[in-house]
Amino acid sequence: MPVYVRDRDIVVPGEPLASQLFKGEGAVYVEKRKIYAKALSVVEIDSESKVIRAIPLKKKYLPAKGDKVIGKIVDVGVTHWTVDINSPYPAILQATEVLPRPTDAARMDLSKILKPGDIVVAKVIVFDLTRDPLLTIKERGLGKITKGTLVQIDPAKIPRLIGKKGSMANMIRKALGVDLIVGKNGRVIIISDDREKEALAILIIRKIEREAHVSGLTDRIKKFLESYGIEVENNA
Amino acid sequence: MRSNNVVLINEEGLRVDGRRPNEMRPFKIIAGYLSNADGSAYIELGRNKIVAAVYGPREVHPKYLALPHRATVRCRYSMAPFSVEERKSPGRSRREIELSKVIREALEPAIFVEEYPRTVIDIFIQVLEADGGTRTASITAASVALADAGIPMRDLVAAIAVGKASDTLLLDLNGIEDQYGDGDMPIAIMPRYNLVTLFQADGIFAPEEIEEALKMAREAIYKLYEGQKEALKRKYLKIREEVLSSE
Repeated sequence: MPVYVRDRDIVVPGEPLASQLFKGEGAVYVEKRKIYAKALSVVEIDSESKVIRAIPLKKKYLPAKGDKVIGKIVDVGVTHWTVDINSPYPAILQATEVLPRPTDAARMDLSKILKPGDIVVAKVIVFDLTRDPLLTIKERGLGKITKGTLVQIDPAKIPRLIGKKGSMANMIRKALGVDLIVGKNGRVIIISDDREKEALAILIIRKIEREAHVSGLTDRIKKFLESYGIEVENNA
Repeated sequence: MRSNNVVLINEEGLRVDGRRPNEMRPFKIIAGYLSNADGSAYIELGRNKIVAAVYGPREVHPKYLALPHRATVRCRYSMAPFSVEERKSPGRSRREIELSKVIREALEPAIFVEEYPRTVIDIFIQVLEADGGTRTASITAASVALADAGIPMRDLVAAIAVGKASDTLLLDLNGIEDQYGDGDMPIAIMPRYNLVTLFQADGIFAPEEIEEALKMAREAIYKLYEGQKEALKRKYLKIREEVLSSE
């Protein structure tokens, strides 16, 4: 089988991964019946389903419909707010997505509701590269955040922080008794009344960011927690 | 052809720094050299010391520079006042503006610019110490910085210069050879495609000399390419080793 790399290898842009007998996923491009990496990535090979995946080690956040993101209000307009979502594209939060329905936004002072510097948890409604993404906070669990600590990591590492079906994030939540809000854009909010637990959560998030490309991450995080005398439930 | 009496190749066929004509200077590349930039690289090629930093894709300011169908690429090459023997005035010189442009054009073909429309990718190149061949070393470093920033690319770009003195082709000119030699030909290549993205020349070269120069450059570029790959991977493999050895 024509595969040019091994599982878990690190590849640079332009490195050939496999022939087109494989299905390429992630940061790859196809040329002359070969699959190449297009970003600095870790390779994952699934030889049974014939899938070769390049998982980027670093990336910029590209909004996608339905993503939960953590944004910072940067500007207040007449009918909308501009929100920094740690992406090349600034997001728009329309007044109609914040206020209850029949309200004339133009006659209100929007800065009384959200002002520059405020942190919001929001969801992307639409995005298609030709226009800036639109956000909403009209759903359960969304809205302005008034307490907690904001940590920013590379958006490429967010899937590792969440884990399979949320396993990693849930493990941290349970073990430390903190609340975690994970935005797809690389921002995480830790809410806890216990300063020490909060600091520990930051350490763990940073550890995940640094070691995301090394396998056995969950076990290492468990050991790390245990080294601080915190018990971890074994439900994996 | 410049008339001079500087001996660039001695009777034994060795150059001023003791190299053979087809020998490049030793080089060292470090990826992720800076922590504030999205991506960065440092290169030493002989006595050249250059830092490249990449920001982006990010929002474009001023807004009118944004392109609706692709990312804009901006490049700024600048030499530190202390990078050469005689102090260089810190303003942007004509030469720096030109080099910024040719470096940008050498790198652009490697970048998937269509993936981030209406954004900008900024490349900053700072020459700390110069000794001939800074434009080519800058391209080699900037391409590593781009990959380090996680920017989607077709391939890396590596570059080297080939020059001429007393009718002999010299690989990777140093400062003296550049100044007193009979010609300088910087070449950048995307190694996987074997495509030339930069080709300049001053001096007079015969067609067969150009052929030969390209061959010499290509060999050197493949060596640089291996160094680029190694530098990019080293950063992550080091963490992997550290983690695994601590277990």
